[in-house]
Amino acid sequence: MTAAGQTGAQTGAQTTTPADPPADRAVDLRGIVKRFPGIVANDRVDFDLRPGEVHALLGENGAGKSTLMNILAGLYRPDEGELRVHGRPVAFGSPRDAIAAGLGMVHQHFTLVPSQTVTENILLGLNRPRFRLRLGQFEAEIAELATRFGLRVDPQAKIWQLSVGEQQRVEILKMLYRGVDVLIMDEPTAVLAPQEVEELFRTLRAMTAAGRSVVFISHKLTEVLAIADRITVMRRGRVTAGGVRAADTNRTDLARLMVGREVLETLERTPYRPGALVLAVRDVEADNDKGRPALRGVSLDVHAGEILGIAGVAGNGQSELAQVITGLRACRGSVRVNGEEIANCPPGTAISRGVAHVPEDRTGVGSAPNLSIADNLIMKRYRRSPVAHGWTIDRKAGRRIANALRDEYRIDAPSIDTRARLLSGGNLQRLILAREIDTEPRLMIAVQPTRGLDVGAIEAVHRIFLDRRGAGTATLLISEDLDEILALADRVAVIYEGQIQGVFDVAAASVHELGLLMTGGATGTLAGGAA
Amino acid sequence: MNSGTAPRRIGISLPVSVRLEQRLSVPRWLSPALTVGSIAVALFISAIILAVVGGDPVRAYLHIFEASFGSIGVLSDTLVKATPLILTGLACALAFRMRLWNIGAEGQFLLGAWGASAVVLFPVLPAGSPAIVVIPAMMLAGFLCGALWGLVPGVLRARFGVNEIITTLMLNYIALFWNQYWVFGPWSERGFQLTAQFPKEAWLPRLTDLAEAVPLFSGLTVHLGLVFGLVAAAVVWFILARSRWGYEIRLIGDSPRAARYAGVDIGRSIILIFFISGGLAGLAGMSEVSGVVHRLQDRISPGYGFTAIIIAYLANFDPLRVVIAAVLFGALILAGREIQPSGVPAMIQGTILFGLIASEVLLRYRVRVERRGPAR
Repeated sequence: MTAAGQTGAQTGAQTTTPADPPADRAVDLRGIVKRFPGIVANDRVDFDLRPGEVHALLGENGAGKSTLMNILAGLYRPDEGELRVHGRPVAFGSPRDAIAAGLGMVHQHFTLVPSQTVTENILLGLNRPRFRLRLGQFEAEIAELATRFGLRVDPQAKIWQLSVGEQQRVEILKMLYRGVDVLIMDEPTAVLAPQEVEELFRTLRAMTAAGRSVVFISHKLTEVLAIADRITVMRRGRVTAGGVRAADTNRTDLARLMVGREVLETLERTPYRPGALVLAVRDVEADNDKGRPALRGVSLDVHAGEILGIAGVAGNGQSELAQVITGLRACRGSVRVNGEEIANCPPGTAISRGVAHVPEDRTGVGSAPNLSIADNLIMKRYRRSPVAHGWTIDRKAGRRIANALRDEYRIDAPSIDTRARLLSGGNLQRLILAREIDTEPRLMIAVQPTRGLDVGAIEAVHRIFLDRRGAGTATLLISEDLDEILALADRVAVIYEGQIQGVFDVAAASVHELGLLMTGGATGTLAGGAA
Repeated sequence: MNSGTAPRRIGISLPVSVRLEQRLSVPRWLSPALTVGSIAVALFISAIILAVVGGDPVRAYLHIFEASFGSIGVLSDTLVKATPLILTGLACALAFRMRLWNIGAEGQFLLGAWGASAVVLFPVLPAGSPAIVVIPAMMLAGFLCGALWGLVPGVLRARFGVNEIITTLMLNYIALFWNQYWVFGPWSERGFQLTAQFPKEAWLPRLTDLAEAVPLFSGLTVHLGLVFGLVAAAVVWFILARSRWGYEIRLIGDSPRAARYAGVDIGRSIILIFFISGGLAGLAGMSEVSGVVHRLQDRISPGYGFTAIIIAYLANFDPLRVVIAAVLFGALILAGREIQPSGVPAMIQGTILFGLIASEVLLRYRVRVERRGPAR
């Protein structure tokens, strides 16, 4: 908004002459370069957006999608390149400038105040109401806007009462209320159940029908093909396919453009032959961190050589279930591993009974960020020989093991003395898996094992899980990604509000049915409507 | 990979913009270099203050150096001052490693001094016991009294989550008044605020005691407490760097949640750390009454337990660097006293601490100065 036109002098020679005149485009990015220490996040990237379209930005994690859109949303400034909005060159100093120019972004992590209402959150940062907080009039406005775009949410509800899907709607409303005509959505479906995804797509279509446009950032091929009019694929900071019409492409091509090689989307698996009962959970009840019930009478069985998937929308007790089994959370009820009761025992008990745990929070729980890779790899072994040597630690043995694990699991790092926090998401997850799996666990509890990983890394992780299954490990796979569960698990249990809604053989389960159970069963009353 | 690298902008309106960018890796030399650098900056700032109040900073610093390292005699005095600082510095460094902010080394020092004195003054041992019995008994009593004083906040923290900064700080005052009660009351020497001098058997051997054999040692007051300090530094280093428990301490210090996930009993470690930390500070108190003062008196510590906090920071919680930092501060305290009884040395100490804390930003961030773009 400010200083528009001053950057015009920087514009280099524009080589491509597009068919449609630039002034007709909602957004036009040319030759964007953004460098971060040690990496070029965007390397001469071109991207354009026409009014009334959904343009998907597809790529693996770290491909530079979010960086590019953060530039467009005014969070970062490009090192080189030009931004045009409706044909006018712009330079944003802050997200406020971008919003004023009609560009708004909904981030993966929401920026809402939990103790305030929907209306208050939407008005936050605006100059209205000026002095007295008379919210009635604004509530009506917001309700009207919400209905227009099919965003069902109660303007008077407090944020903490809302499901994640509803919170996302509030974020979208926030942007619509500010009058943006370009909405940038960063991985919007990561937190949603299948039905909520459908609802989001309806909203996005309503927006494009009204002439607004959407940038849809994702790494999920199915969704991108379902919603996008055009697709731009990025890999390692560069565009590998620019503005392809969704109708002119297919999954295989997109996957190759994204990863840079052929990807096997289905892995071979050995026949399902469950062995002895390894994990038996009976009538477990537990509270969450806020002291409210998170698990209400959960019972489960997992057998050797079997993967049991737990499907559910985030926050329905999955994290607490993993914590109860691994001794990190107190509970009522019974948790038996190979017949031995371990409920309410300290975490060390589960570890010594052969329970591996791939935790949800990789940087806060699964690793010590400022310790070296070697120190992180011996976390579960330092009590036992050969790493333990009496009450001292045999550092040579520890380093030998760490080096072997690094090579076997291809943890990409300069040395095992590198701090864990410097590892990329995929490498950190490989470190955690290497540590947890190499001890030949009898039971593995894995929570969101591939969240945030790119296609190549996901394939590697899935291969590891199927290998362990073949070797007789019992696996409890907790994931919000239904596709992942259907690809890996032998049986699937759906969890909703701390209760198991049903257990099905994966071969016989339908996505639609699972999706319904994940959101509480009854059709049409997603997330309970107005809370 | 691009999260967290978002530059933080500092609000100065200059033609250039100053940004802090997170470092992706920290070179090995950086931490010691920053320590030395921040001391240099602190000395420079102190010099300005000295100059402003009308002093001659160059002469003052030369004098400090002369009076602390200038001869073997003053070097010995410096080491005497450094001895309690090494032990209390280790006490703090050990606790700080686990992010337990033991601000109570002062109180633990005082209780250690009291415990060691109690062995002599109650008396616990029969009169005329030889030094070989009395000294170890005093060491044990000093260590245990300090350790018990550390145990109180340790247990409160481990079992009930009580903030250790508050408890350790408050316990300092209780320890101070406890000692005052004994030196003003039951143990008072004819109404003065000090006890009777200890018998020779309760004195830690000094170099000057060997002057008959080695004339060079004549008048050198360095005592066995320095050896306690050096041995303790080596032991603490070994525990932290080589033991299983040391690994757990590093794990807890970096991420308590990861430590719990790895099966570490955090409460046990907290209690043990406070026990040992308090014990080391208590041993410092014992070494001070037995090696230097030879009696218990009010104001036996000029704030060793607080200076220890700065020393632990200066050493970046590394036990071996604690020794070096303690000697430097010993020199500062000794020589500073020659310039001015309290103001200047305390000012320099404080400036150094501020310099160190400020320099921590540079350990994690890199400063980038950029010309402002055309649009703003």
